[in-house]
Amino acid sequence: MEDITKKRYADGKPKLRRFHQAKWDEPIIFELSKEGERGILIPEVEDEVKNEVGDVMSTIPEDMRRKQPPKLPEISQPRVLRHYVRLSQETLGTDLNIDVGQGTCTMKYSPKINEQLARMPQMAEIHPLQDEETVQGILEVMYKFEQILKEISGMDQFSFQPGGGSQAIYANASIIRAYHEARGEADQRNEIITTIFSHPSNAACAKTAGFKVITLYPDEDGYPDLEALKAAVSERTAGLMITNPEDTGIFNPNIEEFVKVVHEAGGLCFYDQANANGILGITRAREADFDLCHFNLHKTFSSPHGCGGPAVGAIGVTKELSKFLPVPVIEFDGSKYHLNYDRPESIGKVRSFYGVAPVVLKAYAWVMSLGAEGLKEVAEVAVLNSNYLFKKLLEIRGVSAPYAKGKRRIEQVRYSWEKLTKDTGVHSEEIGLRAADFGVHYWTSHHPWIVPEPCTLEPTESYSKAELDEYIEILRRVSEEAYTNPELVKTAPHNSTIHKIDHTPLDDPSQWAMTWRAYRKKVRKEKE
Amino acid sequence: MSFEKKLGLIVNPIAGIGGRVGLKGSDGAEIQKKALELGAVPQSLNRAVEALERVTPLKDHLEIITYPSEMGEDAAKKCGFSPIVVGSIRKGETTAEDTKNAAKEMLRLDVNLLLFAGGDGTARDIYDAIGEEMTVLGIPAGVKIHSAVFGISPRSAGDLAVLYLRGRCGIREAEVMDVDEEAIRRGIVSAKLYGYLRVPFEKRLVQGIKTSSGGGDREAMEAIACDVVERMKDDYLYIIGPGTTTRAITSKLGLNKTLIGVDMVSRGKLVGTDVNEAQLLKLLQKHKAKIIITPIGGQGYIFGRGNQQISPEVIKKVGRDNIIVVATPEKINSLRGQFLLVDTGDRAVDKMLSGYIRVITGYNEEIMYKISLER
Amino acid sequence: MSKKKPTVYPYIPNSVSTIKNQMLKEVGAKTAEDFFEDIPEKLRLKKNMNLPKPLLSEYSLRKHIEGILSKNKTCQEYLNFLGAGCWQHYVPAVCDEVNQRSEFLTAYAGEPYDDHGRFQALFEYASMMGELLNMDVVNVPTYDWLQAAATSIRMASRITGRREVLVSRTISADKLSKIRDYCKPEIEVKLLGYDPETGQLDLDSLKFEISSKTAAVYFENPSYLGFIEAHGDKISKIAHDHGAICIVGVDPISLGILTPPIEYGVDIVCGDLQPLGMHMQFGGGQAGFIATRDEEKYVMEYPSRLFGIAPTSVEGEYGFGDVAYERTSFVLREEGKEFVGTAAALWGITAGVYLALMGPQGMREIGESIMQRSRYAMLQISKIKGVKCPVFRSTHFKEFVVNFDDTGKTVAEINKALLRRKIFGGKDLTKEFPELGNSALYCVTEIHTKNDIDRLANALKEAVE
Repeated sequence: MEDITKKRYADGKPKLRRFHQAKWDEPIIFELSKEGERGILIPEVEDEVKNEVGDVMSTIPEDMRRKQPPKLPEISQPRVLRHYVRLSQETLGTDLNIDVGQGTCTMKYSPKINEQLARMPQMAEIHPLQDEETVQGILEVMYKFEQILKEISGMDQFSFQPGGGSQAIYANASIIRAYHEARGEADQRNEIITTIFSHPSNAACAKTAGFKVITLYPDEDGYPDLEALKAAVSERTAGLMITNPEDTGIFNPNIEEFVKVVHEAGGLCFYDQANANGILGITRAREADFDLCHFNLHKTFSSPHGCGGPAVGAIGVTKELSKFLPVPVIEFDGSKYHLNYDRPESIGKVRSFYGVAPVVLKAYAWVMSLGAEGLKEVAEVAVLNSNYLFKKLLEIRGVSAPYAKGKRRIEQVRYSWEKLTKDTGVHSEEIGLRAADFGVHYWTSHHPWIVPEPCTLEPTESYSKAELDEYIEILRRVSEEAYTNPELVKTAPHNSTIHKIDHTPLDDPSQWAMTWRAYRKKVRKEKE
Repeated sequence: MSFEKKLGLIVNPIAGIGGRVGLKGSDGAEIQKKALELGAVPQSLNRAVEALERVTPLKDHLEIITYPSEMGEDAAKKCGFSPIVVGSIRKGETTAEDTKNAAKEMLRLDVNLLLFAGGDGTARDIYDAIGEEMTVLGIPAGVKIHSAVFGISPRSAGDLAVLYLRGRCGIREAEVMDVDEEAIRRGIVSAKLYGYLRVPFEKRLVQGIKTSSGGGDREAMEAIACDVVERMKDDYLYIIGPGTTTRAITSKLGLNKTLIGVDMVSRGKLVGTDVNEAQLLKLLQKHKAKIIITPIGGQGYIFGRGNQQISPEVIKKVGRDNIIVVATPEKINSLRGQFLLVDTGDRAVDKMLSGYIRVITGYNEEIMYKISLER
Repeated sequence: MSKKKPTVYPYIPNSVSTIKNQMLKEVGAKTAEDFFEDIPEKLRLKKNMNLPKPLLSEYSLRKHIEGILSKNKTCQEYLNFLGAGCWQHYVPAVCDEVNQRSEFLTAYAGEPYDDHGRFQALFEYASMMGELLNMDVVNVPTYDWLQAAATSIRMASRITGRREVLVSRTISADKLSKIRDYCKPEIEVKLLGYDPETGQLDLDSLKFEISSKTAAVYFENPSYLGFIEAHGDKISKIAHDHGAICIVGVDPISLGILTPPIEYGVDIVCGDLQPLGMHMQFGGGQAGFIATRDEEKYVMEYPSRLFGIAPTSVEGEYGFGDVAYERTSFVLREEGKEFVGTAAALWGITAGVYLALMGPQGMREIGESIMQRSRYAMLQISKIKGVKCPVFRSTHFKEFVVNFDDTGKTVAEINKALLRRKIFGGKDLTKEFPELGNSALYCVTEIHTKNDIDRLANALKEAVE
């Protein structure tokens, strides 16, 4: 037979794969329902119990008794499984694709060993309110991981209670508020300063916490504008909330001055470390004199994203602010671990119990498998990968990377397809959808789009050079297509699970349907 | 996905043609003839074609309604459309009246969007004809434009038109300006805010997803109005410049603001409408005041283009610390990173104004933005 | 000292020296150090971080973690009667199978094209919750019930433009703490009294406190203390009469037998999804839901994403997308819609799987069996001398309060005794509800057999003697 590999390679490099996403055209689960089918049976109640308790349903107050059974689907077990496995196949998880296209999300490898460990009964089958004696194991993991984060950041105490990055930012805003309240300056200090390239949650959470938000726009080079900051601080400044490196991948060289300016004005400084992946072991919040910081354990620390959670936003503070941390905190007396609730100045509860413990476990395991040298390697390779992409991508027709000309980027880069759009009329979003035809993700930018026709790529350390080359090749191909056959790009995706979505019903109150029942009523005009 | 939409197209064949060859204005058969004799090349046809080419993907779903030959028919046919041609003109001798008639006709025919190629003059004609009764969008045709009703470029205008026709745009009011560049160069301040047109705007350039600090332009203005009104003090006079955002503030107080003039508010009541400099100065003799202004026109001027009543003297008396700048996020984004500008006529005052200033962009939301003397 | 061979890390493909060097060369950098040249020297860490020695082999990592975790005692080894916000229900194997699927586990924020499966799974979860609640709008899950309740209250405040919320006294201290912190910037929280005999929300207290300043009334059904509130319709009527919104927090696993709150006039329903297919995980399985009617003024106030169904360019094909991407506010006061972020989506998908497996019959059966078992437990425990059970003269669902005042023992002492018998006794309520004396909150679900309950009763009997 002829050598198959001859046709798979050109010039020693593999050709682009002929990808097609799984396409099951699977019905909505309700459409699978067949009256009488059961997916699982409930343990039967013993006769003695039933006899002794009698008819419990009649003890429910009449008005509280359910009259009509819920119209849930009735499906046998294998069909339920099949349905969900098919939907799973129609989802492009990090485990499947070269997920460098979800910039700022840090889509790195989530080690499978950590998944297995987190599903052990010793992690999954423990109740948060069990006697402390019986959960020394998990308390030890959480305490030890806290010590690790303290070393990584330079901060003095951590809490894992917030259930995600945004909730962590909110908790920190709450701590800033508590700090000023304790000094009697809460009414006076009601302004938080942030930058437009920081994560949008910085502004949103500060606002939710009751602050007025002052946003700084970057200077001509794309750096946060120090002069603007100086003009913005006053005796009303409660704090600074800033992401660094920013979502453009640029490290603010004046970060120390930023902190100084705000401290001099009497404010606190919060470091959003969602983009920490490129600076582990390189630089820390402490060295820049920050008072609070947070890490996304489901980003830098490898816990999987789960379609959007569960997650942990670990918040770290200096000694002075420790008393405000959410309650309880985990302490170690030399032999036993304890949950300390005696924290009168705490901001209270941010989330139930102590946070998502399995996520902390996975993060701990990840760090333990790498050590200090390993973490530094993570940062260095993540940044190398990003700068490698940076160089190669700028060789593609129509791509530019605004700001900081000639300077390096850290762990991600925000590109612009402005030139390609001018030349061909193809927009960034359309490029992204065509890239999906080759089996990869692609993300533009948070809104507002300061950078026109944006594209933000964050490779992390998890992909090989060969995979990065493949991603670059994909974008090069799509760029080429935009110049030679724009219609192909504009009508993408072609190899995906579904075709072009018509968004009009989604913005129209008379047509939108967020549940199947709403759809049946509004669109199929079914009666109740 | 199928839909039937009607796109109106008006091309001002000689927009700005005069300026290029040193003639002021370009209306009237005389000037047109003179300009062509002087070797002027009409720009608007090419610009219109550039914009329309972006719309061709919608060809099968779109009815183009336009005026004869150089007022749109030529451009449409050049792009492969088979337009419906209405009205009649005298070729080579088109006037402002033709533009106005065309616009009125399009309104009557209920077009979804009116695209027009021209400059500030054309925008004023359209405004005179149909006011805010129709959504319009300008294709910039080669002259320096002050009105904020145009796309950034002919291609952008085309793209924006497509987005709007696909229902992916919001609508906002944008300023139509009357600016005599020549006079300005000679030191005569003569820019006027003429009126407002309803134009589409691209939401994704502003809207927050993860922040969900939602809302379109109208909502942003309301948020700003809430913020400003809440902080109004009884012992201050408020000098409120023209603009749709500032108008939202007076509306919040239940007052009727003059469209293009400067009004004064005190303790929630109107104490002066469409005032001039003299009236302002008189009141400032006895009262403390704050100025509330917003960028007017497409160039980002906060003083000097449409609110000259707030003269350098007035500004000096009020003081920089009492100047409140408001602008919606959309407006800020449309500046594309360019500074806010001032041109009060007094260099020293301009200098005093320059530097960073807080701009209110929402409820409890501000940004730091730079004011400069020139680009 | 000899130079150590650089480690090649399995998780870091490009940690192989030759590849790294090749890439550095291509990028024009000498070492990785070059990339950090823009970071000021002063901010650079001068030495390696002081972290524990790494466990480079997967085997050693596993041994290490297993060693630590083995210090935990699980609810499989011990008999567990704890509830109070996290409950032990049976998790069907298919639920675990689905949320372990590689694709679901590691997906995040792809488009409705490349992540179509994720969108459909979440739409279906919302749809099934919608059937359970008889409501047409359900959000993509938030962090937990605490957040869902706090957000529901702020939504109500935005919708009504008012700044006060009346909250039932019989909610957990944790929940109250969260609500207070989250509402602090804008909203005042007032507590409503309850009937000491029945535990039921005191309607007189409600009538007294409610005014035109009230944005919302919040209570839970079943209550945190386990009993079913019987007067939901009266509460919502009083709320509506004053222009306030009625919010209820529910246990979704009770909705096979309890009526959906919308039937007694509730406007916003919230709760925790954990009972629907999530292991306890030391409190890591929580997920919050919020549901409302399909009215624009409610839809526009959700801070979370809402997924809607949409047509595509191919006939008969389902597509999904974000509804009302840009939320406008109907309230003149624009406070912003809080924030949205990574929360608990995987648990939402799991809850969908659970409901699909259970179906209407399963939900009814489980609700009934839980009530039968908890009632049996209450009967056995009430037979013990000195023990009052249940404290409240109302119908209970799966939790109930047990009082030990007349035994002369504290709950702490009793729980220690139970612990020695490998039983986790109910949550100690003495600090949380001092007016209830030495009381504990016990939870009985479908996983407790008659033998389990008898064992508890015997152990309690011995503990109080």
